[in-house]
Amino acid sequence: MNDAAMIWNLFAGVLIGLAYLSAFAFVAGLTLRLFLYFKTPVPLKIVQTPGPKNAPGVLARMAGDALIFPNLFQADKALWLGAWLFHACLLLIFVRHSRYFLYPVPELVIDWQAISIYAGFLFPIPALYLLWRRMASARVLFVSGLPDFGVLILLTAIAATGMLVNYYARAYLVDVKAFILGLLTLTPVAPPQHPVFIAHFILVCLLLIYFPFSKLLHAGGIFFSPTRNQIDNVLYPRYVNPWNEEVRIDQNR
Amino acid sequence: MTKIANFPPATLEWKKTNRGLHIPVPEMDEHASAPLTCYPCKAKDMQAIALPTARVPQWETRAVEKLQELLHKYRGLQVYLDICAQCGACADKCQFYLGTGDPNNMPVARANLLRKVYRYYFKRMERFAGAEAEPFNEEVLREWYTYFYQCSECRRCSVFCPYGIDTAEITMAAREIMAAIGVATKYVTEVVAKVYERGNNLGIPGPAWIDNCQFLEEELKAETGKDIRMPVDEVGADVLLVMPSADNFANTDTMMAYGKLFYALGVSWTTSTYANEGGNFGLFLNYQNMKKVNRRILDAARELKVKRVIWGECGHAWRAAIYTNTLNGPMDFLDPPHPVHICQFTADLIQRGAFKIDKTANDDVLVTYHDPCNVARAGSLLEEPRAMIRATCNKFVEMPANTIREKTFCCGAGGGLLTDELMPIRMAGGKPRAEACRATGATYLATPCAICKAQLPEVMKHWNVGVKVGGVHDLLSKAMIL
Repeated sequence: MNDAAMIWNLFAGVLIGLAYLSAFAFVAGLTLRLFLYFKTPVPLKIVQTPGPKNAPGVLARMAGDALIFPNLFQADKALWLGAWLFHACLLLIFVRHSRYFLYPVPELVIDWQAISIYAGFLFPIPALYLLWRRMASARVLFVSGLPDFGVLILLTAIAATGMLVNYYARAYLVDVKAFILGLLTLTPVAPPQHPVFIAHFILVCLLLIYFPFSKLLHAGGIFFSPTRNQIDNVLYPRYVNPWNEEVRIDQNR
Repeated sequence: MTKIANFPPATLEWKKTNRGLHIPVPEMDEHASAPLTCYPCKAKDMQAIALPTARVPQWETRAVEKLQELLHKYRGLQVYLDICAQCGACADKCQFYLGTGDPNNMPVARANLLRKVYRYYFKRMERFAGAEAEPFNEEVLREWYTYFYQCSECRRCSVFCPYGIDTAEITMAAREIMAAIGVATKYVTEVVAKVYERGNNLGIPGPAWIDNCQFLEEELKAETGKDIRMPVDEVGADVLLVMPSADNFANTDTMMAYGKLFYALGVSWTTSTYANEGGNFGLFLNYQNMKKVNRRILDAARELKVKRVIWGECGHAWRAAIYTNTLNGPMDFLDPPHPVHICQFTADLIQRGAFKIDKTANDDVLVTYHDPCNVARAGSLLEEPRAMIRATCNKFVEMPANTIREKTFCCGAGGGLLTDELMPIRMAGGKPRAEACRATGATYLATPCAICKAQLPEVMKHWNVGVKVGGVHDLLSKAMIL
């Protein structure tokens, strides 16, 4: 085995290790965090009123929050459009990517292919808008930290490398799929020798590792927001606070 | 101080459009309201409300421990500190940012004052990624003490947040942490201490309360010729009415309206000199005191053997009242439904035709309605007060749609800010409400909240809006035929 092959094998090993590490960090980190939210008590009903009066109403409110961002629509129409397109593109891109790690590819994914192909082209527009907005608006710039820019740049870089792999510096799809299915079936094989694909893959790994520690937690955390996931029935039946502290009342009487 | 007297900038133009009130957003002006802080608490008040009388030793560590404790107790706090995307949708929704231009009054920035401490101790990865993080120190404490007492906990920002992040939860947590290390404001602690000593926020002694009630009985006699009673401490009455103590002292028209209401219904009622306060400043301080203040009402109800407790026209009283069942319940020794707000009670009776009403009695005024933040956005009472106004007035006009109902602007003095040293903040924060009111041309602003009733007349005077501020029941009182 020559030196180049040895280095490549070493690199492939590291890449495979990174893939498993990032998958573990993402799944374990997100699960633990959401479980923490789940088990942290809600002492008082702080539902935003007027709110839904029954459980189906709450489900509808939460589904609306996750799918169409009604509060944001009231707040800022341009931001709403940018944010909604951003998330819609991410969803479509994610659905489309399932054809790389599902075998056989589900009908739905094939059906969506026609639309989701454009999501990749569209994505940079809302992403760059959000980035521009962070810098152009003094108020938003004031609250923006490094990670707020970092995440947008990371996602844009992932999208850019993804588009390159798909359209310009094309990777051989069979190799890509063999690599991904190898990882998923715990029988890893070497990745395709394709620098842009490898860059794309590493960036995704970084995103997965960072996800559970960052503001990206809004992806699951939104369902645990007490103002939005409670029924507006604070008066009846009695709501119980699991840690309702005893207080001494004897003084001053 | 000249700068402070001038905010918000006079160049901003407020006008009514067909989409609502055009709300101009001021340019950012860093530290504009930084010099405006509340007077610090006094040791005797802190002692009376079971808080440290001075800064505790190792207060930095103690504060972080308290933060950790609260993170384990409040899901809202934990989730909201984590998930904010810093999108800034809330930035121009807070009346205190609109009024002062101080960026730390943007809800997201206000929350970040706590978030940066949270990140420093509990989010190492975010620190590593370069997010702003800072240890709890004197400088941070000063920022907290300033800006968490320039928030009225009105929750307007949460209505515009894609995740419903409630900055009030964060403000409350910060105040609870500060209280635990012996840092609080004179106004809030003094008021809670007065409740324990005298039974009410204003510190009216029992005998003076009775005196005032007798005086109001004489007033009612002179006005109506009837013997309308203002009972105090009457065991066995049907209803215990807990109104804001200001109704007994300042908003006497509202108090007399309660008297007429029960007289017309023939319902026996009473107030209590042990718990003659609906308002609960514990809500602005910590859980313990909120619970303790609230408990007095149920103790009084038991002692007076009443069948029902009805809360009077007060905003944060209602926000605390809806927690009564959770804090000190079960309330099953009372007749359901409970708790009850007087507007629910009255609106229901009006609908059932319990009163003879002459609407023309209110024809001399054009009425508009201010939704108190706590009644509308935390207490779900939107229709009842409006139903009352429609049933008692011919001339009713709503303020622009983006300033009412769940999008209502706070009067600018809720959350323990109704204190003189914050006057510039209060006037700046009241500006949106003043402009919305001006846009209607109304001559009477009805609102069921004692804080609003104390704050809004000053706001309207300051911004030259010619409108009288009063209760919702005052209108019923004028129109009711006895």
